[in-house]
Amino acid sequence: MSFDKYIRQEHYDEMFDENGDCRSTYEQMRKKLNGLSDKKLFQLQHSTEKAQISMGMTFNVYHDSKGVEKILHLDLVPRIISAQEWQVIEEGLQQRIKAVNLFLDDIYNDQKIFKDKVIPSEVVLSSSDYLKPCIGLKPPKGIWSHISGSDIVRDQNGKFYVLEDNLRCPSGVSYLLENREIIKQAFPELFSSLGVRPVSEYPSMLLNMLQYMSEESNPTVAVLTPGIYNSAYFEHSYLAQQMGVELVTGPDLMVKNKRVYMQTTKGLEPVHALYRRIDDTFMDPTVFNPDSMLGVPGLFEAYKAGNIVIANAPGTGVADDKAVYTYMPKIIKYYLNEDPIIENVPTYMCSEKDDLAYVLENIEELVVKETNAAGGYGMLIGPKADKEEHEKFRKLLRANPRNYIAQPTLSLSTVPTLSNEGFAPRHVDLRPYVVYGEKIDVLPGALTRVALVKDSLVVNSSQGGGSKDTWVLFE
Amino acid sequence: MLSRVANSLFWLGRYAERAENYARFIDVNFNLSLDLPPGMTEQWDPLISATGGRELFVSLFDEKFTRENSILFLAFDARNPDAIINTVKYARENARIVRESIPRETWEVLNDLYYFVLEASNKKIWKKEDPKDCFKLIRNKLQLLSGIAYDNIPRSQGWYFTKLGQYLERADKTSRILDVKYHFLLPSVDDVGSPLDFLHWVALLKSVTGFNAYRRVHGKINPTKIAEYLVLDRFFPRSILFCLMSAEHCLHEISESKHGYSNAAEKAIGNLRADLEFADVNDVFDLGLHEYLDNLQLRLNAISDNIHDQYFQIRSNFTPDLQTQE
Repeated sequence: MSFDKYIRQEHYDEMFDENGDCRSTYEQMRKKLNGLSDKKLFQLQHSTEKAQISMGMTFNVYHDSKGVEKILHLDLVPRIISAQEWQVIEEGLQQRIKAVNLFLDDIYNDQKIFKDKVIPSEVVLSSSDYLKPCIGLKPPKGIWSHISGSDIVRDQNGKFYVLEDNLRCPSGVSYLLENREIIKQAFPELFSSLGVRPVSEYPSMLLNMLQYMSEESNPTVAVLTPGIYNSAYFEHSYLAQQMGVELVTGPDLMVKNKRVYMQTTKGLEPVHALYRRIDDTFMDPTVFNPDSMLGVPGLFEAYKAGNIVIANAPGTGVADDKAVYTYMPKIIKYYLNEDPIIENVPTYMCSEKDDLAYVLENIEELVVKETNAAGGYGMLIGPKADKEEHEKFRKLLRANPRNYIAQPTLSLSTVPTLSNEGFAPRHVDLRPYVVYGEKIDVLPGALTRVALVKDSLVVNSSQGGGSKDTWVLFE
Repeated sequence: MLSRVANSLFWLGRYAERAENYARFIDVNFNLSLDLPPGMTEQWDPLISATGGRELFVSLFDEKFTRENSILFLAFDARNPDAIINTVKYARENARIVRESIPRETWEVLNDLYYFVLEASNKKIWKKEDPKDCFKLIRNKLQLLSGIAYDNIPRSQGWYFTKLGQYLERADKTSRILDVKYHFLLPSVDDVGSPLDFLHWVALLKSVTGFNAYRRVHGKINPTKIAEYLVLDRFFPRSILFCLMSAEHCLHEISESKHGYSNAAEKAIGNLRADLEFADVNDVFDLGLHEYLDNLQLRLNAISDNIHDQYFQIRSNFTPDLQTQE
């Protein structure tokens, strides 16, 4: 299938430069795709779908009562990132996560950053994710956010920006790993000839980190899942399987004398580290959510007593609140005395009077987001919405400004993507994964999410997005 | 092993075996229909009765025990909790719950089977003139599942819980397949021992893949011998005694106890196994085959309950007395 009819638009295209010439990193891939017939390519695309279904890489979409199992569409054309580009991302994320951890430790302890007036205390303290029970907490080895995945985008000039941080157990890494297995079947020879960095060490990275965090010499690690009906259940079981550890649900666990145990066929057995994939507030009903029958009563006490590692630490979510995000450049500067390596997207805080006025005035041009929502919900894309929706959001903003931020509509970069009409440019973002244990590791690969609908900027899987295998090159 | 995981593995074994046995039930009639003398029609009523689903069937289809209704009911009707489409779904759900503890291939075969059954259902295969192949494929896929497990799963607790579920289920289902004969109607009392009577027995043997094995041991088709073979044989892997011996072995491997019993489940199954081990076929027929099998099924249910109490029960972690402070 040729790229003759591929029309790149005014956005940055990952594969073709502004003259329409193929970038050198993509040249081998271009030749390979050129050499494949349309029929063969669609066949390959079809077989990736079959492989996903047979592996059970399915998720349930929220708000879909029929409980239909869907797959996350995997596009055949990989996204390629050069070693130079990757270096920026890697260093930028290491810097960012280091600062985030210092920030979390500070706001739950000394609160120096408020005293030095770098960030108004109400921005943090008014967040529903600032957990009072965590005040004064010192998590093991001083690490709060062990696993994170920031969303990164590129503007017209190809410059990288952090769009948002995800510190609440970001999902998607299993798709990254399985995508790689599937795409390897499609283009086996390109991996060695291009020098694609492997991603398969992720489960051991994760396990090593969890074991390192515990003081036990031979700690028992488990993944804590809300259960089979969670949309990310496939990932929870996948990671447990890959690490060779137990996958537990709340009812499997029991706290006795501030120690955590799992209920086994041979009675209670101790657990020392939990990679938890449940929300803060569902961890321990006795502390966070008295009405809840979910969770593990006493877990937080055990945690405070230092008897269990919980990754990420409770209370971490406050740092990826979209209002806090706005201050991230200042946070980096304050704790590290460095300029951010990857910049933020310019952001208007609706809680600030001037910003709010600007946003109300220019809402047609802006993207408005709820500060603590995820998954592309509660979001307005100004240029794509009609007058009625603009008005609806103006009302929402006036009623509750603290709940919203706004950003200029970014022109996300595009990558050629297989559509019914052949290769077509589709918008993408990038979600790399960071694991913070003995050191800060950035997995050399990422989940590239792609908006499959023409011109769409929403890449979330719950809103018709798909994914691409992402190749980071050795050099 | 987590109690919840053990529970799911046990039921994975049970549901997969149940699905396979329902395919075998249907096979009884396919086997029969090939040999029926002219003028005789297929009887589906006995099959439905033997599975214990007669009441539900009548509420759904009145007394219309047609081939079409019966195959729909046994295999594809989601309103029947034991229909193949449901048991395959439950097996897959349980496999999904314990995916981290089973080989990838096990999951993939089960997943593939699930989609296969869904597709057969969408195609309304029960309306087809000859849906035999579909059930053969279902059986094959389930046997593939067993084969993959046999050569890949380490012989630790998880394996024994799955096999335990499988053998208990099989013991129950073999008893029910045998019970089909009780429900089959012969045209008159004089037909006992007639070729038609023998045909029934042969169809049962074939549906449990026991025809050739039986031939080698007993030769002639003899109803008493067939009953003896399916209930009391020590070597045939679908006989009830064999299933009980195997299930008992699983329980001992799980508890790591060698002799006698170490819990209520082991005691109950040991008692039942011993009763069969020291019974001869006359004891069975003295009580009446149907009554004997009925009683056996009740005791199997009790054993299953014992296993649940011993291994699968999860205590509420909200129990206040466990929240004691140091």
